[in-house]
Amino acid sequence: MNTDKRLIRKDSLENLFDILRKKNKIIYAPVSKNSKIIFNKVESFQEIATGYVQTVQSPKEVYFPRFETVLEYTMSKDNISVESVNPDDIPEVILWGVRPCDAMGIGILSAIFNQDFDDEIYNKHLSHLTVLGFSCNKADEYCFCTSVGGNPGNTEGSDILFTQLGENGDYLAEIITEKGWSVVSLAEGLFETAGEINKNQFLADLPSMFEIDEIRKNLENIYSSELWTEQSLKCIGCGACAYVCPTCACFDLQDEAHGKLGRRLRCWDSCGFSLFTLHASGHNPRQLQSQRWRQRIMHKFSYIPEKLSVFGCTGCGRCSRACPADMNILEYLISLQEATI
Amino acid sequence: MDELKKKATELLESLTVKVVIGYEEGTAGRTRALFAEKPEDACRLIYDSRCVQNLATYLTKREVRDKGRIAIEATLPVMRSIIQLAAEFQVSDANLLVLGITPDGKLIEFGNLAEVEAFIHQYPIEINQQDREELAKIEKMTPAERWKFWTDELSLCIKCYACRAACPMCYCDRCTVDCNQPQWIPVPSHLPGNLEWHIMRAVHLTGRCVDCDACYNACPLNIPIHLLTKKMVEEATVHFGGYQPTIKGEHIMSTYRPDDKDNFIQ
Repeated sequence: MNTDKRLIRKDSLENLFDILRKKNKIIYAPVSKNSKIIFNKVESFQEIATGYVQTVQSPKEVYFPRFETVLEYTMSKDNISVESVNPDDIPEVILWGVRPCDAMGIGILSAIFNQDFDDEIYNKHLSHLTVLGFSCNKADEYCFCTSVGGNPGNTEGSDILFTQLGENGDYLAEIITEKGWSVVSLAEGLFETAGEINKNQFLADLPSMFEIDEIRKNLENIYSSELWTEQSLKCIGCGACAYVCPTCACFDLQDEAHGKLGRRLRCWDSCGFSLFTLHASGHNPRQLQSQRWRQRIMHKFSYIPEKLSVFGCTGCGRCSRACPADMNILEYLISLQEATI
Repeated sequence: MDELKKKATELLESLTVKVVIGYEEGTAGRTRALFAEKPEDACRLIYDSRCVQNLATYLTKREVRDKGRIAIEATLPVMRSIIQLAAEFQVSDANLLVLGITPDGKLIEFGNLAEVEAFIHQYPIEINQQDREELAKIEKMTPAERWKFWTDELSLCIKCYACRAACPMCYCDRCTVDCNQPQWIPVPSHLPGNLEWHIMRAVHLTGRCVDCDACYNACPLNIPIHLLTKKMVEEATVHFGGYQPTIKGEHIMSTYRPDDKDNFIQ
């Protein structure tokens, strides 16, 4: 399937939205709530937020929900019957307004969820997901996608990528996948042929800010450095960074029982919590926040690249924006580039 | 805040303290905690209206405690937190020196925590006008409207526990919500789990909350959870005449009288 470029008029985006809604498609898009931009189910085009750089949370909640049933059980006198959930019940969803960094994050999460076991539930979410990406025409001081292999107009992970051609301009639509084409087929008339368009001039200007390979090399030598303590003294040990992150995949399994019935849920978890590594014996191999902070950085920039040949970070900058203590990952990555033992 | 920098430098040079916790310029126009351990670090200390993070939350953090005696740049809410922590045996004169910032932004040095206590008692805990209006608005709702308000807000909660981590009074090594055998509070961040967590948080903070807004400021989703604890401050005012953090004294939620007008205790 070749990428095809089409043009969609600015005013036609709403028509596209309405056509998808009329086909009973479930659409999640960025909306404003409590002066923050979050992904939510939307019914009308007017609900969709505009003018923001990035949502507080990544869209991962749509395909990796914060809690999700993996099995259900029923206890009787001498038997326990266990039933897996049927992945086919997972609804088809359209994600509207995904930034290229987040779309890239889907591939990273997929690599994690399929590294040594094909996660049927996660994979079903993805096969039922259509990603309508929107390029970034602006970035803020927390963004660094270009330093980790992305860019503000990256098509990776999107089924269609829309790029607005200037302020108040029409949109270039790059149709990337089969799923993208099936969206186009529902509204063929809205997608006009596009002439030669160079989208780059309309994208946010975001220079690369560090050499990721240098950092990877340094990480091999600074496991025991004092630097982890210095960086993490101000960390208060919450899970905000992990929960807003498009690539953090850790979860905890919890059983919820109601009499003889129960269900097992997988719930988001974070390596920033002290409980995360607490053993049943009471021993905790990561007793200090510095060890937990090191794990976060090592996992994203050393272990995941080594095992899965992708970086565990898309440069979306969300963790820094959400951190109540101003732990700024970009600042720390830059200092890790210069770090010595 | 030249006096603050000067004082911090002196304390570090004379080895009176091992670390001075204060605010420094952060990223993107924010401020953040500074842990000054060398005299030359002290020049980075700042104070202005952006400095609202409650630094007292670091006083119970193991890596910070392990450094030795601490001096802390303390605004009024931070001072209140310190006195409450002293009442709960978490800090003492032996490990802490307070560099107070008065409500009009001046450095005030304290010889000991008793002086800090006397200072904060000049300023009763009072819910500000804007939050009082918010609370009144919720109070006027019908139970159905109020239920909708809170379920709408709290269904956003992702249980990142930033509120808990930012609060100086939430220092337990193992919080009740972390206990899953038995599971007192549902772990998943579904609506019942979120409601129970935030109700429990508000109740555990009743009589201890110093009204600093750290929980709300930390929430990545701007959920107005501070209104729950503020409501409890109001309730404490109505039923018990209010409270002030006090090093030695009775706390409204952990004391009783045999002649209580309600008979549930007897």
